[in-house]
Amino acid sequence: MSASRLPRVAGLLALVLIACALPFVMSNFRLFQFSQVYIYAIAILGLNMLTGYNGQFSLGHGAFYAIGAYVSAIMMDRWNIGYGWTIPVAGVLCLIVGFLFGLPALRLEGLYLALATFSLALAVPQILKYFEHWTGGSQGIVLSKPNAPFGLKLNPDQWLYYLTLGILILLFWLGANLLKGRIGRAIVAIRDNHIAAEAMGINTALYKSLVFGVSAAYTGVAGALSASVIAYVAPDSFNVFLSVTLLIGSVIGGLASISGAVFGALFIQFVPNWAQDISKAAPWAIFGVFLIGFMYLMPFGIAGGIRLLWIRATRSRVQQEGRSAVPTQAHTTT
Amino acid sequence: MSALLEVQQLEAFYGRTKALHGVSFSMARGGITTILGANGAGKTTTLRAISRMVRTTGSIRFEDEPLERKATEDVVQLGIAHAPEGRGTFVHLTVEENLRLGAWGRRERGNLRDDFDRVFGYFPVLRERRRQAAGTLSGGEQQMLAVARALMLRPRLLLLDEPSLGLAPLVVREIFRILRTINQTGVSILLVEQNAALALDLADHVFLLETGRVVMEGPSDVLRRDDAIRRAYLGY
Amino acid sequence: MDIFVQQVVSGLATGGIYASLALALVMIYQATDVVNFAQGELAMFATYICWTFLNAGFPYWVAFLSTLAIAFVGGVVIERVLIRPVENAPILTIVMVTLGLLVICNSVAGWIWTYVQKPFPSPFPERPFKAGNIVLGAHDLGEIQVTLLVLLCIYLFFRFTPLGLAMRAAAHNPVSSRLVGIRVGWMLALGWGLAAVFGAVAGMMVAPVLTLEPNLMGGVQIYAFAAATLGGFTSPGGAVLGGFIVGVVENLVGTYVHFIGTELKFTVALAMIIVVLLVRPAGLFGSTVVKRV
Repeated sequence: MSASRLPRVAGLLALVLIACALPFVMSNFRLFQFSQVYIYAIAILGLNMLTGYNGQFSLGHGAFYAIGAYVSAIMMDRWNIGYGWTIPVAGVLCLIVGFLFGLPALRLEGLYLALATFSLALAVPQILKYFEHWTGGSQGIVLSKPNAPFGLKLNPDQWLYYLTLGILILLFWLGANLLKGRIGRAIVAIRDNHIAAEAMGINTALYKSLVFGVSAAYTGVAGALSASVIAYVAPDSFNVFLSVTLLIGSVIGGLASISGAVFGALFIQFVPNWAQDISKAAPWAIFGVFLIGFMYLMPFGIAGGIRLLWIRATRSRVQQEGRSAVPTQAHTTT
Repeated sequence: MSALLEVQQLEAFYGRTKALHGVSFSMARGGITTILGANGAGKTTTLRAISRMVRTTGSIRFEDEPLERKATEDVVQLGIAHAPEGRGTFVHLTVEENLRLGAWGRRERGNLRDDFDRVFGYFPVLRERRRQAAGTLSGGEQQMLAVARALMLRPRLLLLDEPSLGLAPLVVREIFRILRTINQTGVSILLVEQNAALALDLADHVFLLETGRVVMEGPSDVLRRDDAIRRAYLGY
Repeated sequence: MDIFVQQVVSGLATGGIYASLALALVMIYQATDVVNFAQGELAMFATYICWTFLNAGFPYWVAFLSTLAIAFVGGVVIERVLIRPVENAPILTIVMVTLGLLVICNSVAGWIWTYVQKPFPSPFPERPFKAGNIVLGAHDLGEIQVTLLVLLCIYLFFRFTPLGLAMRAAAHNPVSSRLVGIRVGWMLALGWGLAAVFGAVAGMMVAPVLTLEPNLMGGVQIYAFAAATLGGFTSPGGAVLGGFIVGVVENLVGTYVHFIGTELKFTVALAMIIVVLLVRPAGLFGSTVVKRV
């Protein structure tokens, strides 16, 4: 490990240790909120891969979240399969569905892909209600929170907190390896100039569909986790608003960024609550003000803002490129 | 008598990259000056600097008026017309609409009829095609349109960026002949060209840019005979 | 046959509303590559302003025209104050700002005027218009006329006035526009102003039918997206035509295809979007942009 990486790794370890210690000081409700944050972070990382790193705009990731949640719920409720098994199953299923979705999406760029995904997101609650027999219709499916395994002295909220944290760390580590290596560079190359990427021998069609699949898998896993954490799934929780929220989290956190996913998740989990505290009458107006304010201060997201501060603070002599559509540096700030 | 255009210690930046490193020159009223140089030397950047399309430091004065704090639209109103690299045609609009837009920056609007007549006099083919979408014109015709549009401003200074680019030699000769006529009506021309032979023929003053610096300047008939220029830019 | 004609006319009326909102969306998209997600909410807000005038006793057309003027100014101000600071930011950042504007508008409207549904008057007579056996609502006919009138004025403005030409140029090629002296920023602001006017027209025409409440334009906005997709996001004329087509198809499908009741009419709009995107993403009249690499 080189000298420059040591402080970074040490910093990450410190954060993980702090996160592990939290269940001993926080209330169950707060743990529940933070579990939600970790779940959103996983979903947003999935979206970041697709939209930030690969340039494919998705306004419909809530659909994959819903698939993951319902797959998990149906497996647990109907077939009594343990929640642990449902998570990888949800992931693999969403990987396949996402890949299949990525194929026709190849023909659509920018706005048009956004419209297509937006339309699908709108249709999700309707579709879920339609297949009542499986999904329980508008009533949804009620589940129960799992107990900690191996007789560990943790209540369900604490156990779920560690579970989501653990899966977050695993998926983020995998994601970082994927995005920082050859594959990550190919993905970014496709975003920045797909004709040049194709000319260099990158199979853009395959990569774009694969990224769609992996992105969907991440979001599906997040959905599956949410089924256990919230212990309830219902069609109206998976409306277009969820997709928009994930996108907001993605942009606020920083699109082509791994750490950005966590910042974004924190934003979408806590800012609506703060907004409610500030104004009972028009909370969403306050949220909107926060949203616009963040975009003024940090047009490249929180991760982008931090990176800029870091560059100024260390007075790096790195030549900055002119602004492009999405930050061209694929490296992360973790 | 002061110069028409006076540039001192001009530096220009694309982001953090410096493209011009202290360029200084001046242009006399009524003259034709050409900027020569290889690709990437900074010729287009110089014109963009005058049109305030890049960030600069240093001084630019047009008829004694400093331009550094002005926006592109203000510079146009002062009487500087810029026909950019690649023509900058409004491809979906008609030839006539393109020309009308050329007159937008004029302080005194007045009747456009005379301007149209004058411009069609220089470029009769444009009159034939006046209702066609500008994107359907050939390269040469689009270049004529770019010059014509610039003339609609009734400019005192015409900035021309690589008018010969991608055009057949006959067409280019015709355009350059018309440029000389235009100059004789009192329009000063600052021309950026890669076709050194034609440019040296037309211009009375030359300066040579290399990687953002002026390395040589002088009257065109003198520089034309200079060995270094002959070998590097005229090919013999 | 009579029912067919009635449904077509009714469809054209709602289609006019979709056309207005779609035109607003396309105008801004063409100039800036940004989809203004707040367009519908701004229209709703303008409609509430009209309601306030009407409540204060102003005659309908005075309130209507005053609202259009206020909407215009509002659109210009929003562009100059809210959008301009981020105009060079990545597209999604600007989209976030429009989303923020959306929630602010919706929330503030609910706060000022409450979520209780309010009736909104129609300026057109109550009695339906009869032609033989065909009965046509006066509001529908009036709506079509107002929409067509507004569209005609806009067409004339863009085609024949210098300012309209400058706005078209600024949307089409901002760099060259600056080189001929057009203040592109102000042209964009005017574009937003006009878009707000179209939105306000749509809102005031649809409010008598749907009743006025903060979520008035939510569904209409989806149909406007369908219209713009069908017609082509790069073609204002296409968006307008798309609006009328969507309106008519929605009505006819709702009438003649029996398992699609009123709830699933919405799905028709979504299906149209998906089909168009699969078959011809640029829409009927849009052009695929060929980018040089």
